[in-house]
Amino acid sequence: MELFLIFIGAVLVNNFVFARFLGICPYLGVSRKSETALGMGMAVIFVMTLASLVTNCIYTYILVPLNLIFLKYVAFILVIASLVQFVETFLKKVSPALYQALGIYLPLITTNCAILGLALLNVIKGYALLKSLAFGLGAGIGFTLALVIMAEIRERLEFADIPEPLKGFPITLIIAGLLAIAFMGFSGLVKM
Amino acid sequence: MNTIILSLLTLGSLGLIFGLVLAYASKKFAVQIYPRIEKVAGLLPGANCGACGFPNCQAAAAALIEGKTEADSCVLIEEEALRDITKIIGQKGRLRRLKEKKVARLICQGGKDQTEEKYIYQGVKDCRVADLLFGGEKACPYGCLGLGTCVQECPFGAITLDENNLPVIDEDKCTGCGKCVQVCPKEVLTLIPKSKKVWVACGSRAKGAQVKKVCQVGCIGCGLCVKACKVSAIILENNLVRIDYQKCTNCGDCVEVCPTKAIAICL
Repeated sequence: MELFLIFIGAVLVNNFVFARFLGICPYLGVSRKSETALGMGMAVIFVMTLASLVTNCIYTYILVPLNLIFLKYVAFILVIASLVQFVETFLKKVSPALYQALGIYLPLITTNCAILGLALLNVIKGYALLKSLAFGLGAGIGFTLALVIMAEIRERLEFADIPEPLKGFPITLIIAGLLAIAFMGFSGLVKM
Repeated sequence: MNTIILSLLTLGSLGLIFGLVLAYASKKFAVQIYPRIEKVAGLLPGANCGACGFPNCQAAAAALIEGKTEADSCVLIEEEALRDITKIIGQKGRLRRLKEKKVARLICQGGKDQTEEKYIYQGVKDCRVADLLFGGEKACPYGCLGLGTCVQECPFGAITLDENNLPVIDEDKCTGCGKCVQVCPKEVLTLIPKSKKVWVACGSRAKGAQVKKVCQVGCIGCGLCVKACKVSAIILENNLVRIDYQKCTNCGDCVEVCPTKAIAICL
């Protein structure tokens, strides 16, 4: 039950984009087309889940016993960078179209603060292996949800009659803000 | 001191493990890139216009290497590059003559000054949207809507709107890729051979009197040009004339006799 609560909490209540404001760069950068947004979301889910698994193992079984907790930032970034590199090689082989569509944002997952933030939050909250897995999966799905909603809205905006000064990024930021307010409606759902 | 060595060892071994995994993955998921594809892609124009039927020049190059397409399916390619590509692919004796270059022409001259309107359109500035509302604001159902969807679509910036709200095609920039033809909801753009300078600039299949009512420069199907043409290249069908470009000699006689100036010439 607690695993489920953690999962739902990460998807809806403490959504990484809308409540913690992490990972805004790819959120605005890749949300132009819903197809690429979904692809990016899948990549992020994959990296987040695996990253929380691996970082948790490394933290609990290597850094804590050796009393090297201060190394966590470096070690986590190392893990994330390797995972992203792996995803990149994998995607290049499996789906060249998605690889091209994601472009620069794929390597940028490395420096996506959402993922480092996830690894660090796992440590701060003291989640054990399973809990951190649920948290990672939830965070990834939450990010994808935010990204896909945004992409769908932006696709419809293409044909909307927007006032000249608001065209492009201004209206996108306004929508992001409105979405964040809408997601605040979930705040009573899970008390964590 | 101990801590420093320990941290060095820990991070070093972590890095080593990840490095090995990545090295294995890059072997396992290696994508073969043929150097010939890169070479051919370099020779293609790189405009990624899609006129050849492939999403971009890179994909077209890959298809060329595999023999799935011919180099002359590219509308932009120059003779020299075509020869080089044929050399790389090794299709000896298969070098064909370049296809005749085509250019997009507007088959409507009814700008806002020459035509009547059904209603005043104030919606989204996109012909495809306007077309959904009773076929747009123009009283002529065949006319150009003049909202510039083709201008936005053209990958080469060859189309501009003039003050009469009609698209003007820059012949030097137009490559004949046909994107504007595909996007136009009114089908008032067409590709014709670049060497042919005369075209019928009206697409109205309505009867002459009806055309007269809504537009000053429409083809009324009078047939004067059919008689004037010395090589009988003009055919009148469905109240509209059509030029047979196999026979047309660019003489321009038809342009002179046309009472509504619906046949255009470009010199």
